[in-house]
This record gives sequence, C-alpha cells and structure tokens, in this order.
Amino acid sequence: MTDLLPDAACPEPADPPGTPAAGPDYSRLVKPDRVHGSLYTDPRIFADELARIWYRTWVYVGHVSEIRQPGDYVRKSIGLQDVIMTRGADGRVHLLLNRCAHRANLVCEADRGNSKSFRCPYHGWTYRNTGELIGFPFNRGYGGRGIIEGELSLAAVPRIDSHQGFVFASMAADGPSLATHLGEAAGELDRLARLSPDGEVELTAGWLKHRTRANWKLLAENETDGYHPQFVHGSIFSVTQSPIGALYSDKSTAVTRNLGNGHSENDLRPEFRRIAEPMRWFGTTQARVPGYVRRMREAYGEAAEQILVEGAPHVMVFPNLFIAEIQVFVIQPVSPGECVQHSTAVQLKGAPELNRRMVSQSVGSVGPAGMLLADDTEMYERNQRGVAMLRPEWLDLRRGLGRERLDERGLKIGTATDETGMRGFWAHYLTLMRAA
Amino acid sequence: MTAPAGQDLDLRQIEQFLYREARYADEHDYDAWEALWTDDAIYWVPAGGDLTEPGAQMSVIYDNRSRIATRLNQLRTGRRHAQSPPSSLRRVISNVEVIGDTGGDTVVGANFILAESRERGVETWAGRVTYRLRLVDGELRLAGKQVLLVNREQALPTLAFLI
Repeated sequence: MTDLLPDAACPEPADPPGTPAAGPDYSRLVKPDRVHGSLYTDPRIFADELARIWYRTWVYVGHVSEIRQPGDYVRKSIGLQDVIMTRGADGRVHLLLNRCAHRANLVCEADRGNSKSFRCPYHGWTYRNTGELIGFPFNRGYGGRGIIEGELSLAAVPRIDSHQGFVFASMAADGPSLATHLGEAAGELDRLARLSPDGEVELTAGWLKHRTRANWKLLAENETDGYHPQFVHGSIFSVTQSPIGALYSDKSTAVTRNLGNGHSENDLRPEFRRIAEPMRWFGTTQARVPGYVRRMREAYGEAAEQILVEGAPHVMVFPNLFIAEIQVFVIQPVSPGECVQHSTAVQLKGAPELNRRMVSQSVGSVGPAGMLLADDTEMYERNQRGVAMLRPEWLDLRRGLGRERLDERGLKIGTATDETGMRGFWAHYLTLMRAA
Repeated sequence: MTAPAGQDLDLRQIEQFLYREARYADEHDYDAWEALWTDDAIYWVPAGGDLTEPGAQMSVIYDNRSRIATRLNQLRTGRRHAQSPPSSLRRVISNVEVIGDTGGDTVVGANFILAESRERGVETWAGRVTYRLRLVDGELRLAGKQVLLVNREQALPTLAFLI
C-alpha cells in the first residue's frame, strides 16, 4: 500500500451540498430516508435553528405546578434565552427575558423563589414580576419619576399558552396557535393527566440537569427510537429482568407513530391491552397500589379500567419536551455540540402512593448517574464524535420505510422498532428551516 | 482522638477505612467496595438545594443496599456503556473530621477532589462527603455516604462511576 491516505478516504472538510452565501440549502441536507452529518455540527445551521425553530415555533418552557403561588418564579430557557417564568398577583403566568432594560444585567440570579419584584444588582432598577419597571435610584437623572417607566420594561415573551399545565411559548408574535402546533400530541398530554385521579400532572419533584456533549437533535431523534433499547439498555434490562426490552422487539405489537408537526410516540398500548392487567404499564399490580386504584375508579368509573391498563404516553413533543411514561425531559440546546437534558419524575395529583415510587424509579433511571440515561447519553456523545467524520456523510433513516402505513386517524405508523418518529421529526424540521 | 457513643474508633483507623473505600472505587473493585456496605446502607448524591426529603425529590443517586447491588451488577455486565471502558479515576480525601454520632454510627466528614479521565476528556469532581461508619463484628462498615458536589446546582456530565 503506497498511498496510505488517498484523497477519497480523507476528504477536505467541505461545505455541505448547496451551501454558500445564501446559507445551507436544507432540502439538500434533509431527505426522506437520510440526513446530512453537517446538520449536527455546522455553527451556521445551529444559528438558523435558533432563529427558525427555537425563536419561532412553540417551545416547552415549564409547568404551572412549579409556580403555584402568586410571586413564585423559576428560571427556564427558550433556546439560548434565559427566561423567568413568574406568577403575578393576578394569578396569571408570565414569561420575561432575564435582562435589565438599562445595561442588560441579569435581574434574576436564583433558580427559583418567591418575589413580587426583581431588582437589578447593577444600578438598582426594579421590575414588577410581570415585567413593568417600577423604580430606579436617583431619578432626576431621567428627568424625575414617571418619564421612562412606561417606555422600558423586562421583555415579555410574545406568546404564551398552556395545555394540561404544560406552559409553551413562542418568541414570534404571529404564527400557528399552540393547539395547532400540538395537534395530535395534545391527546398524549391529556392521557398523562388522566392518570391522576384529580386530572392534574405536577412537576414538583425537582430537576436533574445532565450536561451532554452532543447536538440536541440526536436526543430528540432517540426519544422515540424503539430500535436502541435492547442494545443500549441491555445491561440494566438483564440485571433487573426487566420486561421493557420485549416491548421494543421484532415481536412487539407496539407501534411507532408520527403524530405530525415533528411530534412522535412509541405507542405501547397494543402490548398492554393484550396483557390486560391494570398497572402492568408501571411494572406493578393493582394489589400493591390499592388506594390509587380505588381513587381512579371513583374518579373515572368504567373508564378507569382502560386508563389503568393502557398507562402513560411515551411521546416526543417537538422540539424539546419528552414524556417517557413516568419521566419528563426537557432538551436545552447550548451549541452545535452541546446541550443540557433536564429530567424529573411525573407527579400525579391525588396519587401519593404512586408519586414516591415514581421519584424512586426515576432517580434510578435518569440523570447523570441514571442506569438508563447515562448510557443513552454515552451514545449521544459518541454519535457527536462520529458525525465529525466526513464519510459516509449521511445518517440513514430508512428503517421501516417500506412497511409504514396509515392508522385509523390517518397518521403514519411503523412497528415498534421503526424510524417512523425520526422521519416525522425531520419532515417538520425541513418545513421550519425552509421557511426563512 | 476517639469517636463518641461507644464506638471506640480512632481517627487513623477511620482515615485508613476512607482511603480504602476510595481506592476500591477508583480501581473499580466492585466486589470489595460492595462488601463495605451494611444492609441498611444509603448511598446518596443529592442534586440541587433541597436535602430534606430525598424520597420525594430527585437526586443524582439515592441508592439503598438493593439498588447499590443493581448498580454494581449493571457495571459488572461490561455493557454499562457509560463505563465501558471504565473511567480512569484518582481521588484525594482530606480534611477528615469526626463530626459526631447518630444512632450509634460515627459520622465523619471529609472533602474530596477527583480526576476522571475518559476519551471525552478529563473531568474534575469535588465536594463534601459525609460518611456513617459502624463497627460490625470488629470491622468498620459503611452505613451511609452522602456526596455533596460543589457544582450540584449546575448541569453535571455523566457520572457513571462510583463517586
């Protein structure tokens, strides 16, 4: 072998097809059966994603149960934006950018708390927790009181709406409604809420924050990838004799569904209906959680049987909210090669028997030391190193393409291990990224 | 210096035990490390600020003895990808103090700093460890270990080794 590094094996880093001045041509990077590796690494693409996805479409921000009382606040994010989610004296939820109107200092340092106002530490400008500027020292420098207050404020995120207490926001003043954006995914949030005898989800167990050196889309794609569990999670499935692996096998009757607008789910209900045991979805029996099962039957009557058999959704809500049965994950992009995964246990109002179990199971499974998620994250980070390799250029997305069909709602479904969800993600991604 | 409450432990003996526990963890000697724990053990790495109700709030790790065994069994499969290959680890334990006693166990505090090397890079971990030590048949055993990371309020990288 005389030529150890022929050109073909060691290409120069090149712009992806159709790049140049106008920016990447996304229709050449996102194909129905494959996507280009540069989508995970190119800083220009990340900048476009911020503008066209994170600062335009509906993004999940937080849950109303995190700010129950007037004055409560939590710091959250929308893309790279640091936002404060507050509950005003009027009981309404507000989303404010964490930036003083004077010199752009952060006005809120704490992760959470209760306060009627935020006082900037730099020059003492003070804002109501609904954003209005209510005071600043030495006001004669501005011609006295009441001159600039009406003009300057904390910026409010233009649009805010919620579904089942899940608060979403859009940085664009105009666009489709949240109901339009959620579409078929709304029903999955409803399904989660219905597992509470009081019909309410609460996200009050605190959050783990997992720093991940990988592009955010690798996570979004993996969330409803039913192909990986037996391989990535085989170690913990074997040690605990978990039945979860079988749900994601060639024999499983579960389906992967493209819910539209980039949302997708692994619908495990066909398996749980076949087994037809209440609480099997939670890995337990009704005898072990008698109080919960009784309250559910009181609350829902005959419908309770179906709810208790079918269990919780496994749904990825584009672009950053993932509900994996009893856990909620939020994906926060940081840079092309880094993101943060936030995770918590679902808590169901009126279900104390389940709530502590859900915390315990979640602590074991998710976060930096989680017996499931640490291994997913290892895969994301290795993927990120892989996509820096210049050949074969593409990531393959064709699994199950030939056996996809439409369900009774007209939605595309594949088998439990098909890449139907990923293809739905990318189709919506392309729509948003081409709408410059 | 001796520990209070009937357990006649001297500081040197305590330190030797802590260093041994640290060495087993650094060297992925899962069997030796597991044998240090009592049956009622709690291995706890809190997240964020609230330390009052670990059963109701998310922690990075909150293992009872059974879950310690599960965690170690997962590592032993060799297919715990986040530890395959295992991180290269070395930690230093310092500022060892006998803090008091609780329920007959001796409570010991210490600081630590730990370098973790993986292909991803070198991570530095640091924090405060509080141990609950118990003499069982003349042998020191670990009834509790709480690791308060200095950066627990921030996003943490994967922590799949024994800390």
